Amino acid sequence: MRKIPILVPAVALAGSLALAQEAPLALVGARVVPIAGPEIERGVLVVHRGKVVAVGAEGAVEIPGGAARREVAGKVLMPGLVDTHSHVGSVEGADASAPIQPEVRALDSIDVLDPRIQKARAGGITTVNVMPGSGHLVSGQTVYLKLRPGRTIEDLLVPHPDTGLLGGLKMANGTNSRKKPPFPGTRAKSAALVREQYVKAQEYRRKLAGEDEKKRPARDLGLDALVEALDGRRMVHHHTHRHDDVLTVLRLRKEFGFRVVLHHVSEAWKVAGEIAAAGVPCSLILVDSPGGKLEAKDLLWRSAPALEEAGALVGFHTDDPITDSRVFLRAAGLAVRAGMSREKALAGLTQAGATMLDLGDRVGSLAPGKDADFVLLSGDPLDYRTRVLETWVEGEKVFDLSRETDRLYAVGGYGAGRGQPSVPHACLDHEDAEEGR
Amino acid sequence: MTRGVAAALLLVASPAVAQLAVRGETVYTMAGPPVRDGVVLVRDGRIEKVGTGIAVPSGWRELRARVVTPGLVDAHTVVGLAGYLNQPHDQDQLEPSAPVQPELRAIDAYNPEERLVAWVRGFGVTTIHSGHGPGAVVSGETLIAKTRGGTVEEAVIVPAAMVAATLGAGAKAEEGKSPGTRAKAVALLRAELVKAREHLAKKESAEEGKEPERSLRLEALGAVLRGERPLLVTVNRANDIVTSLRVAEEFGLRLVLDGAAEAYLVTDRIKAAGVPVIVHPTMARDFGERENLSRETLGVLRRAGIPVALQSGFESYVPKTRVVLFEAAAAATYGLPFEDALAAVTIDAARVLGIDGRVGSLAPGKDGDLALYDGDPFDWRSHCVATVIEGEVVSEGNY
Repeated sequence: MRKIPILVPAVALAGSLALAQEAPLALVGARVVPIAGPEIERGVLVVHRGKVVAVGAEGAVEIPGGAARREVAGKVLMPGLVDTHSHVGSVEGADASAPIQPEVRALDSIDVLDPRIQKARAGGITTVNVMPGSGHLVSGQTVYLKLRPGRTIEDLLVPHPDTGLLGGLKMANGTNSRKKPPFPGTRAKSAALVREQYVKAQEYRRKLAGEDEKKRPARDLGLDALVEALDGRRMVHHHTHRHDDVLTVLRLRKEFGFRVVLHHVSEAWKVAGEIAAAGVPCSLILVDSPGGKLEAKDLLWRSAPALEEAGALVGFHTDDPITDSRVFLRAAGLAVRAGMSREKALAGLTQAGATMLDLGDRVGSLAPGKDADFVLLSGDPLDYRTRVLETWVEGEKVFDLSRETDRLYAVGGYGAGRGQPSVPHACLDHEDAEEGR
Repeated sequence: MTRGVAAALLLVASPAVAQLAVRGETVYTMAGPPVRDGVVLVRDGRIEKVGTGIAVPSGWRELRARVVTPGLVDAHTVVGLAGYLNQPHDQDQLEPSAPVQPELRAIDAYNPEERLVAWVRGFGVTTIHSGHGPGAVVSGETLIAKTRGGTVEEAVIVPAAMVAATLGAGAKAEEGKSPGTRAKAVALLRAELVKAREHLAKKESAEEGKEPERSLRLEALGAVLRGERPLLVTVNRANDIVTSLRVAEEFGLRLVLDGAAEAYLVTDRIKAAGVPVIVHPTMARDFGERENLSRETLGVLRRAGIPVALQSGFESYVPKTRVVLFEAAAAATYGLPFEDALAAVTIDAARVLGIDGRVGSLAPGKDGDLALYDGDPFDWRSHCVATVIEGEVVSEGNY
């Protein structure tokens, strides 16, 4: 319903793709972790015009004539990481005026030149769900970004192919959204306010569908977004920590039929069976210690294996700045430490997240036809010594550790807190642009 | 993990200390090269022997692990004062009522049974330098404790370790209160140090019975002026680091720099002053005063010959504490050699804290503090399978 115009990004995108990758690029000899299938000890990845053309074992994959061939033996290739929950780009959402503000859009606030976005690229992140905060029951519309080398938010958008929608809806329960009126003071009041608003959206939807055009309600931007959620077109991304708050989300979902991804889910290990039975995916954050606030007092890494065992879909997120985008790989390492399988932990950084953003057809794995979003690593993704060497989005290199400006964002140092035009930049990367890919 | 904690508490409660032998496929003694197939004998809480081919006396308890290291030393934390729930009732690391309060003693606030103490213990941390945190010009004293539970008296090994101070933006009080600027914060600190110096002088020269009236505050600063304990200054910007050096020189203080995000800009000055640095956590958030932090600083300072250590630091939100084991691992990610990173959370940390005679390495006569891992301790996927403090197994499980 009411697609947001997306003409500008489409044009910008076409331009940047034309610029890159006239010839195919074959990366040869790396261990390939395609996620879509078993790991390949000595593999080949062929990309062309922003898409994966072929992936497979060396010798078994035909390298197209005219392809630029690059030897990357000893390194590891995997899909670009998908961060399902981040606050990069100095994102803002709802203000203090009300607890439910679905009309507010994250995309209207994001600075794509913010250094944290380049730091996310340095962490191997290629797709990210940028969300408003959790201090509201509904804090606004989230935005899915592909970290293309853009200067404007439009350059980075990922409109859904069917709905044209640009992101999900951020909701929260528990303690963060409990404040002085008009905010709720209790958990039950929180649920009541949400319920009331969704009922209103149901009424709005019914009236909009009425035959008499004159009796249709005036357009309401907030209710529009809630109707999109009710219709299952806009994914609800729900902040929730405590086990009983998790069950409240599942109850509201059942009542209103929205599609939902649970975020943080600190106490998922207590209700893993219920979550799995509901078929609801979980995006977890794994942090260094429990606590920091009441509802995170039992935040334990064991949620990851517990959910895997129960059969739920598990992804991870940085919640940047809560954890730094540049150490996102560590989330999978800690999940394995707690007992999760390597396979599901790596999928949790990629494919699972892509599914949660309804972008699984495009990103999250390396397979023919998928976007050429990948990272070149110095070693195994779960090894603490491993560095992200390069990050590529749609066939364009957006981070290269060997470039001085990129290294600053990867490692830190004087000036790393300041934004700079993102790469590739004609002035910064002239040689790189010429060397071909 | 809950199981491990429960077991640890039981063991702490038990007064009997068994004699303990620890076998490791690799033993990083931090007092020499790593020992393959090493054995560490701990008798009555102290290390008796370290090496290969050592016979284990009969009747001794024996533990085995792939990798054995000295118990880790966290050179600066607020664990035990800043509780994990992060509610007003469990936050004792900062008293905001006045900018200079060196008379606040960490031993009056440290909670050895705090959940985060058990949490870090699970990962092999046996010694912590904790206490009053950053956020006031002088926030109070720090202490050094073993991470065993029980009472503060049982846990503490140095009751008054340093006096904690902050300069730079972190020293500013809330709006409308003083200090409101960097220069004012330094002026306050200097004024108090001058008073303390005069108080000391009067006390030393006074005839019997005519000593000046006691002042807990000035006595605490007097201990710093006499060099009995260092002033620990949390500071990040290069200019504030240099300001700390200036104040330390003026008053002849022993200074320890803490955080020091921009230390790499003034390495020569720090080196010339002979001041050790407890570097911010490798993965610290690079905001505000720390926006220019580099994840290579530990290595840069170390190579310059500056005494360094790593810390878990202070966290005001989620996660409520970092774990030095992971911060050392991250330092290794960013290029620091494995044993240098391990040193930053063992022997080097012990040296900066002045307790290297007792902890930080595995050598005869030192405390029997050990951490046992089922693989490379820095591997995110490895587990700390046991933690030993003075011969007692204080944590067991798969941390």
